[in-house]
Amino acid sequence: MSFPWAEQYTPKHPAMQWIDEKLPLPRLVYNAIGAGYPVPRNLNYFWNFGVLAGLALVIQIVTGVIMAMHYGANTQVAFATVEQTMRDVNAGWLMRYAHATGASFFFIVVYLHIFRGLYFGSYKAPREMVWLLGLVIFLLMMATAFMGYVLPWGQMSYWGAKVITGLFGAIPVVGNPIQTWLLGGFAPGNASLNRFFSLHFLLPFVIAAVVILHIWALHIPGSSNPTGVEVKGPQDTVPFHPYYTAKDGFGAGVFLILFAIMLFYAPNYLGHPDNYIEANPLSTPAHIVPEWYFWPFYAILRAFTVDFFFVPAKLLGVLAMFSSILLLFFLPWLDTSAVRSGSYRPTFKKFFWILILDVLVLGYCGGAPAAEPYVMISQVAAAYYFAHFLIILPLISRFEKPLPLPNSITEAVLAKYGKTGGEPVAVPAE
Amino acid sequence: MTTVEHVESEGPSGGDGVRRRDFINIAAVSFAGVGAVAVVVPLIDQMNPSADVLALASTEVDLSAIQPGQAIKTTFRSQPLFVRHLTDKEIAEADKVDPSTLRDPQTLEQRTVDGKKQWLITMGVCTHLGCVPLGAGEGENRGEFGGYFCPCHGSSYDTAARIRKGPAPKNLEVPKYSFTSDTAILVG
Repeated sequence: MSFPWAEQYTPKHPAMQWIDEKLPLPRLVYNAIGAGYPVPRNLNYFWNFGVLAGLALVIQIVTGVIMAMHYGANTQVAFATVEQTMRDVNAGWLMRYAHATGASFFFIVVYLHIFRGLYFGSYKAPREMVWLLGLVIFLLMMATAFMGYVLPWGQMSYWGAKVITGLFGAIPVVGNPIQTWLLGGFAPGNASLNRFFSLHFLLPFVIAAVVILHIWALHIPGSSNPTGVEVKGPQDTVPFHPYYTAKDGFGAGVFLILFAIMLFYAPNYLGHPDNYIEANPLSTPAHIVPEWYFWPFYAILRAFTVDFFFVPAKLLGVLAMFSSILLLFFLPWLDTSAVRSGSYRPTFKKFFWILILDVLVLGYCGGAPAAEPYVMISQVAAAYYFAHFLIILPLISRFEKPLPLPNSITEAVLAKYGKTGGEPVAVPAE
Repeated sequence: MTTVEHVESEGPSGGDGVRRRDFINIAAVSFAGVGAVAVVVPLIDQMNPSADVLALASTEVDLSAIQPGQAIKTTFRSQPLFVRHLTDKEIAEADKVDPSTLRDPQTLEQRTVDGKKQWLITMGVCTHLGCVPLGAGEGENRGEFGGYFCPCHGSSYDTAARIRKGPAPKNLEVPKYSFTSDTAILVG
């Protein structure tokens, strides 16, 4: 599970020795995120986002469990108890704003984490399982975020629930029974609210469990690095603690500063005013939009406006939206280039940035009203998104001539800082 | 213990290498599998609408106060229901259209009760993603075909609530209903 030169856990205190014999939990922690885990010495700040995502999950669980203490999952009182949390509960406003802002920050760091994986080829062998488990976490996050947004029972909550469960109604024959089954009624109601609350409470702990699998799978080959060249010897690594605990600690500080600025100065900036109006099944808000982190997928959903081969446009949109995420599960096998890092792939790098631009355009269109020119732009951008993964990426992998790779991580590091040989072998700080 | 292992290794086999232990194994696992499925059924079924939700499954509507050109919004199965009194002009407009040119071909006759062509009763649920279309309330945007207009993704319905433009695949759904008198209907 680790490199042979990893530091060994040797408990000195008799109490720690006693625990280690009975339950080697401190040993597990030491080997997972302590000095016992050797990590490439050249990780840049993009490698902070895994830890930051973990921090965001902790913030969500802590604030969420507290909010559940003040929430009533019933359509009669849900909206009122959320307002009561905001106005009457001591520090309730802080918990709710931290939870709402925290959701957005969770997605920001996860999107940057995915960005890192895409650019540096972290999804490639031998780390395919790490990538697949990460996508599972991403899907669970989307489900959790969607259900959480329904709980305040505002207008956007209600209509978001209606539109999203309506997606399942697009499935031929069984669609309507599935939608009714999901909602426990013919429209979002008390039954829907209760089950969403139950699942919204449960899923974060499922996410935490998959996070453990994600880290476990990562620690078998060890972390990748910006060169994409595998670790070759002890000189290529430093112990996770104190080197990366310090670097991640600094990143966490920056993250928390930005989080606090948003939380205290613009807590509603990413929300919708309509959600401060209680749910009304008889009146649709003029412009239904999901939260910003769903916009690119929402744009793909809406990009289909005409039927193809007797398949209704609505079903095509739903299939395309789900495929846009499921496609990522096949990425390790679509990109067959042996070179991992985008830094050494000149053609890949250009198309990579076009893809990022494409996703940003989709995001912009997903937040805009369903009118021209946004529909047309979404159509082009959605087509490009699929073309990138299914056509462009396999072709680049075949024809691209990559730049020469450094012989080792150490060589790359020394070249970058203009030194020649004789660099001391990494030793843990005293 | 030794006796059991002795019996197992030399147990009766049907000549094709199938031991009694294999049969017992398959039978036991199959039985447990049937049991597991039987347990899953109620676990899934509990999510379907409960009896109290289903009990609200029919609605009575009084039509006497609705003037031609007017519409009301009420609820049926906790979803909006549009009841519209069509004017002669709106009926003529709906009849003028050749149904074969429509996305979901239906005539106004097929969408109303015999002899009550002026009463258009539909769900107020857009067939795209379930928003409530505008057009039932006084002064609301009825879209370019004079029926209903969904603000979410721009679906336009005509005066027979048939889909004419936009992403919705179907006409507004006509629920099952019957006239209990000249001025009252029972929906559901």
